[in-house]
Amino acid sequence: MGTDEVILKTQGLGKTFKVGFWGRRVTALDGLDLEVLRGEVFGFLGPNGAGKTTTIKILMGLIYATSGTAWLFDRPIGDRDAKSRLGFLPESPYFYDYLTGGEFLRFYGHLFGLQGMVLAKRADELLELVGMTHAKDLQLRKFSKGMLQRVGIAQALINDPELVVLDEPMSGLDPVGRKEIRDLILRLKESGKTIFFSSHILHDAELLCDRVAIILKGSMVACGRVSDLVDKESTQCVEMVVANLSDEGVDHLRPLSEKIVVQASHVLVVLKGHQHVSNALDIIRSAKATLISLTPHKGSLEDLFMRQVKEPRQHAEKMR
Amino acid sequence: MRILSIAFNTFRENLRDKLLYNLLFFALLMIGSSLLLSTLTLGEWDRLILDLGLSSINFFGVLIAIFIGIGLVSKEIEKKTIFTIVSKPVPRYEFLLGKYAGLVLTLLVNTVVMVLGLLVVLYYRNVPVELVMFASLGLVFLEFLIITAVALVFSTFTSATLSAIFTLSIYVVGHLSSDLKAFGDKMGAVGKSVLIGVYYFLPNLERFNLKGEVIHHVNVSATDFIMTSAYGLSYAAFLLVLASIIFQRRDFQ
Repeated sequence: MGTDEVILKTQGLGKTFKVGFWGRRVTALDGLDLEVLRGEVFGFLGPNGAGKTTTIKILMGLIYATSGTAWLFDRPIGDRDAKSRLGFLPESPYFYDYLTGGEFLRFYGHLFGLQGMVLAKRADELLELVGMTHAKDLQLRKFSKGMLQRVGIAQALINDPELVVLDEPMSGLDPVGRKEIRDLILRLKESGKTIFFSSHILHDAELLCDRVAIILKGSMVACGRVSDLVDKESTQCVEMVVANLSDEGVDHLRPLSEKIVVQASHVLVVLKGHQHVSNALDIIRSAKATLISLTPHKGSLEDLFMRQVKEPRQHAEKMR
Repeated sequence: MRILSIAFNTFRENLRDKLLYNLLFFALLMIGSSLLLSTLTLGEWDRLILDLGLSSINFFGVLIAIFIGIGLVSKEIEKKTIFTIVSKPVPRYEFLLGKYAGLVLTLLVNTVVMVLGLLVVLYYRNVPVELVMFASLGLVFLEFLIITAVALVFSTFTSATLSAIFTLSIYVVGHLSSDLKAFGDKMGAVGKSVLIGVYYFLPNLERFNLKGEVIHHVNVSATDFIMTSAYGLSYAAFLLVLASIIFQRRDFQ
């Protein structure tokens, strides 16, 4: 769990791009304030085009912010010392495909001044960590997407960084690949590293993150612990499927439920809250009906996300 | 250290590129073909071998410099491989110098192979080898340094195709720049100052051409050679600084 030391911070960070022949200005990021604490897994969430990659590129020194400031380890962006404590995996990474897995890691090691036996040992350890020992002498052009992602993470860890920044590490991977990346992130967290990753796959974020920030059209719309965001924002409901329920039984259940759908012999009942479950069960029992299933629906990050995405749209429509 | 790692990585990239071997193959074929052509000529065959050999080395070297040089940086940006380098503690100018050094190393190895090919042909036909030929090869290599740097400058801010067109134009105009000056002398005051300005701004690549001297066995003075070398090196250095400044300011989308 995180301490209170802030190792990544942005203040009013903004970026406008000029596009097209006439240099029309497009705002990709607008006044973003963000703080990431040491030791936490921080999810940076938002739909495609929300400004996630733009933020990460500014933090990595690939593009320059047009307004605001950002710090890594209390140092301004681009600082050599801060960069040497950082690991980065870009979105759908392309690497030097003429290199073999081993050559690839040794090259990045050289950039940090690692050499000889120390580097060879480090490269072997990392290949083992990401389960790629078999690909040491295989050229990257022959790698699958999942293999590239894993060797990419190994590359990001070559300098044993304190902060690991991953841009969409799970996108384009199959469920097995995603699980492997998730396990890897948790292992990194256990070894005391701070992980900042962007994603639009909310399920993964929910499983992994201590805290998340949701951005939309370049601005932050929510930030906090996953449990706080989800509990505060969503009401829980319970779904029941009942067989052979008489019309009378349906009438009894109606006051307790939000919605009742009758389909042939089955009835779908959505209860208003879990406090009504035992009453509903009594009614079903006395009506001699059969309970087929009972599913509590917990609020998820996805509900919150969808609401956040929809709200500004509805707002915009009202304005019109 | 970091510059060297990037240079060796670039060298390795070039060595694993088929384009390089195709160009090298044709260069050696051209040099070798002078043997065949020389049997068709009467008397002057040593000139023909020297002329064709030096021209082939020059031409194919420039092709390698342009066609690998233009992709040197733009390919890294297009393929996003640069993201993982710039986010490491590597200043942008070091990346640029590393890429440049890698291609220069590639060109050096290629030039050595082509020169060996030429020496074999000369030895086979008993043509005496003079010092001025090596002076000429040295200056040809300096021309490669400049062309590579020109390609690098364009490669930092535009696409590979446009870089190729611009670099080729600079190469052609660079060889004709003394004509620009002569033309300017015949024009009015404004036209003259513009053309003289362009003449001084563009690299005067004809200065690196000693083929006439080699063929006609004319020696080049050491002062001339040193002055031309100093000119070539400072011009290349100027281009590298220019490329670094452009590269430092740009966003990698």
